Amino acid sequence: MSSNNQTSSSAGPATLFDKIWDAHVVSSVENGPTQLYIDRHFCHEVTSPQAFNGLRARGLKVFRPDKTTMTADHNTPTIDQDQPVKDPISRNQLDTFARNASEFNMPLFYPLGHEKNGVVHIIGPENGFTQPGMTIVCGDSHTSTHGAFGAIAFGIGTSEVEMVLATQCILQTRPKTMRITFNGKLGKGVTAKDLALYMISKLTTGGATGYFVEYAGEAIRNMSMEERMTVCNLSIEMGARGGMIAPDETTFAYVNGREFAPKGEEWEQKLAYWKILKTDEGAKFDKELVFDAADIQPMITYGTNPGMGMGITESIPTLDQIDEAGRISFEKSLNYMGFQAGEKLEGKQIDFVFLGSCTNGRIEDFRIFANYVKGKKKADNVTAWLVPGSWKVEQQIREEGLLDILTEAGFKMRQPGCSACLAMNDDKVPAGKYAVSTSNRNFEGRQGPGARTILASPLVAAAAAITGRITDPRA
Amino acid sequence: MEKFLTLTSTIVPLPIENVDTDQIIPARFLKATDKNGFGDNLFADWRYNKDGSPKADFVLNNSLYSGSILVAGKNFGSGSSREHAAWAIAGYGFKVVVSSFFADIFQNNALNNGVLPVVVSAEFLSEVFSAVNADSKVTLTVDLLNQTVTNNASGKSENFEINAYKKECLLNGLDDIDYLLSKRDMIEAYEQKIK
Repeated sequence: MSSNNQTSSSAGPATLFDKIWDAHVVSSVENGPTQLYIDRHFCHEVTSPQAFNGLRARGLKVFRPDKTTMTADHNTPTIDQDQPVKDPISRNQLDTFARNASEFNMPLFYPLGHEKNGVVHIIGPENGFTQPGMTIVCGDSHTSTHGAFGAIAFGIGTSEVEMVLATQCILQTRPKTMRITFNGKLGKGVTAKDLALYMISKLTTGGATGYFVEYAGEAIRNMSMEERMTVCNLSIEMGARGGMIAPDETTFAYVNGREFAPKGEEWEQKLAYWKILKTDEGAKFDKELVFDAADIQPMITYGTNPGMGMGITESIPTLDQIDEAGRISFEKSLNYMGFQAGEKLEGKQIDFVFLGSCTNGRIEDFRIFANYVKGKKKADNVTAWLVPGSWKVEQQIREEGLLDILTEAGFKMRQPGCSACLAMNDDKVPAGKYAVSTSNRNFEGRQGPGARTILASPLVAAAAAITGRITDPRA
Repeated sequence: MEKFLTLTSTIVPLPIENVDTDQIIPARFLKATDKNGFGDNLFADWRYNKDGSPKADFVLNNSLYSGSILVAGKNFGSGSSREHAAWAIAGYGFKVVVSSFFADIFQNNALNNGVLPVVVSAEFLSEVFSAVNADSKVTLTVDLLNQTVTNNASGKSENFEINAYKKECLLNGLDDIDYLLSKRDMIEAYEQKIK
């Protein structure tokens, strides 16, 4: 795709976003959206059946079957995956997924139990499907994860899934651009997840709506690919269309050698192109924000959206700190959580810990968790669900000896899937119980009807699993 | 897709901010493989008790309020990309959602299902909530061609924004796939170019 670099329509300095967007424009609708070509489409069982039905109703084939990667993850059990799925409605959805893959001759289909099966945003990067400079979509809002590689990646609805299957294109209005720079270094015990929760707490859940965000600055540059994926993953939680990070040596080293990554001469050509994928000096963003990484401490959420976050040592805001139009929602939220305005949460007893999801279900997350619990014991009052993001992550956990450490500390590992992040399967937190969760959403009922979610990093989750309370992992 | 021209209707008020798609349709209802029946589970956890009986204090269970226009607090439809949220709203019978702010993906999903999201000023929204508080039979008129929304209690009107292309689609009942399929040769030309 080395010719892509010639298609930029705007003269003068361009942003990373502009360069990739302009290289994928097929046509523009007058006074309307852009027809954008999609390089990689990821597909899962929950948001795709109606799209395949749509193709059938119109008598259409899938236009480019090799550009769609299919994995079952949302509505799958995390135990006994070798057995038939017990819930008949879930089983029907998984069977429908398999039937669609077969009927439409989809070559990249990874059902339950397949060695490449796992959470869609984990298996994409780990198999080399996700590459710099690409446009990537999936019927899932956390598709923003793939932006960590310097790609334009965003979530779409099922009608749009149908468009991509039918034409490998989508109609999109060009979003505004925002750059968020994190200067300096993160402190000890402060992780990529904390950086993201801090940012969302400053911007609120709608603060980046209408924008595509580029993350920059020393704290971002210093991050591994896993950490960058965590940050980009959470872009949607402040409403952003997506988030991205310019590719660099860290990115190239991660992609190189993966199964679906380019090889040989093609690799050299792509690499030359990927190296120009950065925002030019003097390029204009519609909005710029700058934070100091040193201001961030381990974060937790106290409410029912990801913007309701605070430093672990801080107190929930008081009612007079909330603007008047938002007070009904604020009180409703605290009432649901069983918390008081102005209250501190450190030391509060919790019931469940969930390590996993497309936000924090990668090998580094398990390393952090295992490193903290090594030589300690899980608190008796805590039920812990440790769910690797894919079979590859699961295998690595075993190979690195992390499973032995976890087992010694009283933990068990489950099988891959989205699990308690959205609780479509049996991994549901009971009503009224508190879960410290490494996932991405603390919405009412997200982890089960009545469940109370406190979002946090894998490190904070590990500390909570050991003490049975909300605990500052730096202490 | 059904055509949309103008609509005058009583309204269902939901003065909550940041209503996310997990509230609109909880994840456990996403196991279906077709688009039907989601309206019955719209706002399920706010609408029903555990035993399935209706919660008396939720607006959809209050016989004072009805109509095909939902009026909600700011940042409606945040969170998950699930189009099931738009199917639930359309399936229940809403044709318009009015708010001062919508999440991006929900807005697209709504438009792709013939549901019109109408963005109004915070002031207009607050006046509608006050008006419906005083009289539950207050109506709004939404005129797509002229891009106006009118609070018929006060007679106050506001213009709303909509992408010209999407407006044409709604007025004519066309969808994006029809458009994209007509561009097949351009897509193939693009693929040749990048090879």
